[in-house]
Amino acid sequence: MHRLKKFDFDDKLYYVITTIILTVFFLLVLYPCIYVISASFSSGVAVQSGKVVLFPVDFSLEGYKTVFNTYTVWLGFRNSLFYTIVGTAINVSMTLVAAYCLSRRDLPGRNFIMLLFTFTMFFSGGMIPHYILIQKLGFLNTVWALLIPGAIGAYNLIVARTFIQNTIPNELMEASQIDGCSDFTYFIQIVLPLSKAIIAVLVLFYGVRHWNSYFNAMIYLHDKNLYPLTLFLREILMADQIDPSTVTDPELQAKLAQTAGVIKYALIVISMIPVLLIYPFIQKYFVKGVMIGSIKG
Amino acid sequence: MNTKQHSLTRRIKLRWQLYLMLLLPLIYIIIFAYVPMGGLVIAFKKYSVNLGIWGSPWVGFQNFIKFFSSYKFENIIRNTLTLSLYSLAVSFPIPIIFALMLNSMLNEKYKKTIQTVTYIPYFISTVVMVGLILQVLNNRSGIYGSLYTLFTGKTAFNILADGKLFKHIYVWSGVWQGTGYSAIIYIAALAGVDQSLHEVATIDGANRFQRLIYIDIPAILPTASIMLILAVGNIMNVGFEKVLLMQNNLNLNYSEIISTYVYKVGLASGINDFSLSTAISMFNSVINFILLSIANWGSKKLNGNGIF
Repeated sequence: MHRLKKFDFDDKLYYVITTIILTVFFLLVLYPCIYVISASFSSGVAVQSGKVVLFPVDFSLEGYKTVFNTYTVWLGFRNSLFYTIVGTAINVSMTLVAAYCLSRRDLPGRNFIMLLFTFTMFFSGGMIPHYILIQKLGFLNTVWALLIPGAIGAYNLIVARTFIQNTIPNELMEASQIDGCSDFTYFIQIVLPLSKAIIAVLVLFYGVRHWNSYFNAMIYLHDKNLYPLTLFLREILMADQIDPSTVTDPELQAKLAQTAGVIKYALIVISMIPVLLIYPFIQKYFVKGVMIGSIKG
Repeated sequence: MNTKQHSLTRRIKLRWQLYLMLLLPLIYIIIFAYVPMGGLVIAFKKYSVNLGIWGSPWVGFQNFIKFFSSYKFENIIRNTLTLSLYSLAVSFPIPIIFALMLNSMLNEKYKKTIQTVTYIPYFISTVVMVGLILQVLNNRSGIYGSLYTLFTGKTAFNILADGKLFKHIYVWSGVWQGTGYSAIIYIAALAGVDQSLHEVATIDGANRFQRLIYIDIPAILPTASIMLILAVGNIMNVGFEKVLLMQNNLNLNYSEIISTYVYKVGLASGINDFSLSTAISMFNSVINFILLSIANWGSKKLNGNGIF
């Protein structure tokens, strides 16, 4: 039997007000997303004259056609994919190895080494010393400038270390040590298979960062063939220019001026596709990761 | 004493594999985090590419003085503080309020839907986010322009061209993008609240709002103070990438902040004064670190929660 919950007037008022506020906020977040999608499927003229309010007006695919026919978008997409996959692989393996070693309570000096990592969260050399370093290493205008720096994020290291410490029981290590398992074998055979959840979290955090970053590419690269998608997006979305010579279809070239707005909307949608495609699969890990991060390591 | 030392060396020797595995991450952090910190010395030198970091002549605090006495100094500091304090005042409490309200919602399905949708904007990259702002707030073709014309029949005023509105656009677009994400941590803390507390309070006649004040808020206070310390420690680091992208000639008087100025002085202007740029960014880092320490100390005094 359920005990009937008595709602007095105060409670009703409370629930009505919070539901209204939350709904308004929900719609405020949702509306621009829907608007962008609708605008991307509308005709250039309809977008330019502000006719799109909620649903697509004069349904058309011209925005997408132009984007797919723009060479730089493909180039950027390919480069971004490369930076994201290789960069994330480097990030995750380095972070996991370090996190495992630092999770071992029987490692002399582990607190000091951990401090070396955490300090980098709060203080850094800044833009120019980093730039000089990249220059000295000969990384300028190479893919290494985007792949190597930032390989270990201190915050992610703390998250991974906390996870390993809290979820893999110490008895497991003791038992395997009795069986003659070395520290290295223990990592490969026991820790890695038990760390799938945290690997997913790290892949997500690092992956999204690589996919979305633009600033390092902007200062370290000048060869356009190496540009990630974000830099081409910046040129098109901010500087208002899609270089007509990079559009391969001549018919589309002529229409370019008319369709500037709709192209931008189509681009915004396309650049979001990779993240939105994997989002449903990683959502639960994402929440988990944020929560592990909130526990002090 | 002797046996203790002996056992320490023995313990270190026993763990040689771990040290070997740590070697690469350690070398990495030294090269990519600590070597640039050493590079900060150029803030006290007159750096020239030919002479290198160590060969360049010392100039003492000349670079810092140059920045403090620059006519732009006051404006840049004011913009930095305006954006960061405004942003802190708005984007710190809003996720907390959002989480508290969402937590008290009775309809589980609706609650999940709201949560899932409000995370999504967090994954939009800065470049696309700024592109989105520029498109949506366009006074002719964006949401703002279309709706304004729909309801009033007139063409809207161009809010992107008014520098005074820059801070509002910056801060509230941040709320739009970040609230769902920032709330996760509070929602998680609220999920851990013992439900019997709520039952007992209900029997004692407390209504939902009173339970929010006396049960829910105390439950998230430790999390909130950690988040506040981190936010205060980041006060001087205004979302640099976003501001840089949102800048244009019309709003530059309101949008030039320390970090964008560092970038321009160091890399994006014809002069490329590495030393001056490093001095400005070092000034920024030091202030930041001091603020972080103060916030951490204060929080420890008040409720025992600190990050170091």
